[in-house]
Amino acid sequence: MTPLLQTKSLSVTFETSEGLVHAVQDVDLTIEAGTTVGLVGESGCGKSTLGRAILRLFPENAKVTGSVFFDGKDLSALSAKEMRDLRGRNIAMIFQDPMTRLDPLMRIRDQFLETIRAHDPTVETRGAEQRALKVLADVRVPSDRMGMYPHELSGGMRQRIMIALCLLFNPALLIADEPTTALDVILEAQILQLLQSIMGRYNMAVLLITHNLGLVAEFADRVSVMYAGHIAEEGATVPLFREPRHPYTQGLLRSVIDLDTETLYSILLSSLRKTDGCV
Amino acid sequence: MTGWSARGRTSLVGRLLGRFISQSKTFAGIIVWVGIGIVLTIVVLAIFAPFLAPFDPNTKVATEETPPGGPFLMGTDRSGQDVLSRIIWGARVPLAIVAVATTISLVIGLPIGLLSGFVGGRLDRILVLVMDSIYAFPGLLLAIAIAAIIGRGVLNVSFAVAVVYIPTYFRVIRNHVASVKQEPYVEAAVALGMSKRRIIGRYVLPNVAQSVPVIFSVNAADSVLTEAGLTFLGLGLPPGIPDWGFDISLNWQRFDSAWWATFYPGLFILILTTALTFVGEGLNDILNPLLRKKEYKAAAET
Repeated sequence: MTPLLQTKSLSVTFETSEGLVHAVQDVDLTIEAGTTVGLVGESGCGKSTLGRAILRLFPENAKVTGSVFFDGKDLSALSAKEMRDLRGRNIAMIFQDPMTRLDPLMRIRDQFLETIRAHDPTVETRGAEQRALKVLADVRVPSDRMGMYPHELSGGMRQRIMIALCLLFNPALLIADEPTTALDVILEAQILQLLQSIMGRYNMAVLLITHNLGLVAEFADRVSVMYAGHIAEEGATVPLFREPRHPYTQGLLRSVIDLDTETLYSILLSSLRKTDGCV
Repeated sequence: MTGWSARGRTSLVGRLLGRFISQSKTFAGIIVWVGIGIVLTIVVLAIFAPFLAPFDPNTKVATEETPPGGPFLMGTDRSGQDVLSRIIWGARVPLAIVAVATTISLVIGLPIGLLSGFVGGRLDRILVLVMDSIYAFPGLLLAIAIAAIIGRGVLNVSFAVAVVYIPTYFRVIRNHVASVKQEPYVEAAVALGMSKRRIIGRYVLPNVAQSVPVIFSVNAADSVLTEAGLTFLGLGLPPGIPDWGFDISLNWQRFDSAWWATFYPGLFILILTTALTFVGEGLNDILNPLLRKKEYKAAAET
């Protein structure tokens, strides 16, 4: 069976005034349908870049090589228009900062209508509203929020609405880029439990990008540990956490605050040089 | 029915208007209303000129240079024509040219600015270069050159004036768009599968639209002066049409003996320009959130 998503030696480089930045290097990542894959690593290791590379959400100075297969289809062969249609419909993405991810001048209702119309231009307003209400109910947001502006809502509420926007077309994969980093611990648990319940109902796979090892241990089926643009180690969650083989993974796990914690002194390798060696 | 559906979709214009009306009792709001009042009065004068003007503007009705008083409230000029009647009739041309010119520059400058700011790259660099060259040129000089090339007529003059103000729209909109397109909500919209056109029209345009009314009224104020300058120099209009700038050029050499024939047309140019500036500056205070925040801060500190 072909996996839902498979990247083959995916690399992303940015041209900057100081030279080429190799943000992601030769990454092979596989996500099976309906599973959660955790992508962990420290800040700047390239995990968010990898998430964006899948959807081709890039500034013009980015160069992407390698390929991304989704459902057996090579995404790099898609035209800009086909790629646009795939975003939100087959693969959706939520972000770290829900406070700034909704257009401040648009009522929640209009955010939904715009998203639906983007993929389905002939849709009737009434039908679109019904669809919006259905997904809102799925993320447990009361329907009276439809008439509000984003600034009238809390961060947790806004992240739920972002998730609901992603659910409109029942995508097979949701890329969640640090979805709870901006929220407090209680909301974090709520949002992730919500994601889990939705995954089951919508038969959706999730790529959970985070630096929070606890979340990954609790929610992910498989884990990829990323370091300096490379995947350092990959495996099923429980064995990987029990017996990490890569020294970086061992260090990362030791750095989790415990009563007697050793600190991980990692050197953030400059992405300006292409790194070989142990990573 | 649930409450939200009653709060329907607000249009862009409705939103800006709402913000404006809610502020109408502040100092900025009063200034805007005063400006609008004066402009509307002049518009009414221009529209109903045939009924309001006491005399025909182009016929000799008294001895040359009769001082103000009696039937001639503002005196008569060197051709014996009634100054007040010429001013009332003369409001038509500047108002028409200002309206057409600022609309032309809005219709051209806004879309080019949106495109340039959103697309970026080489197109942006070329457009910025072209617009900056126009902007660097003295406005009146540029308008004179264009008016000299394309000839007389209200529409031609409007176009000449419009070219001068296209860059102001372009620069403000382009820079604003360049920053709005980096906003997280724009990236989120792309990730949800929006097309470029939808993003520009639904997400970027509403977020930059607040600058438009301000540029519009400030440009209008400035273009009154450009128009008066053009007609003062005798460019643009066929002879016989009353116009403030043109009337000044007819009478200014006789200022020592008949000041009123020059003074009153000049006064009206000043009034119209000031009124439009009031509208622009007041709107700027109301629509620009940064300025408003400063005001709140100042109010909180006292």
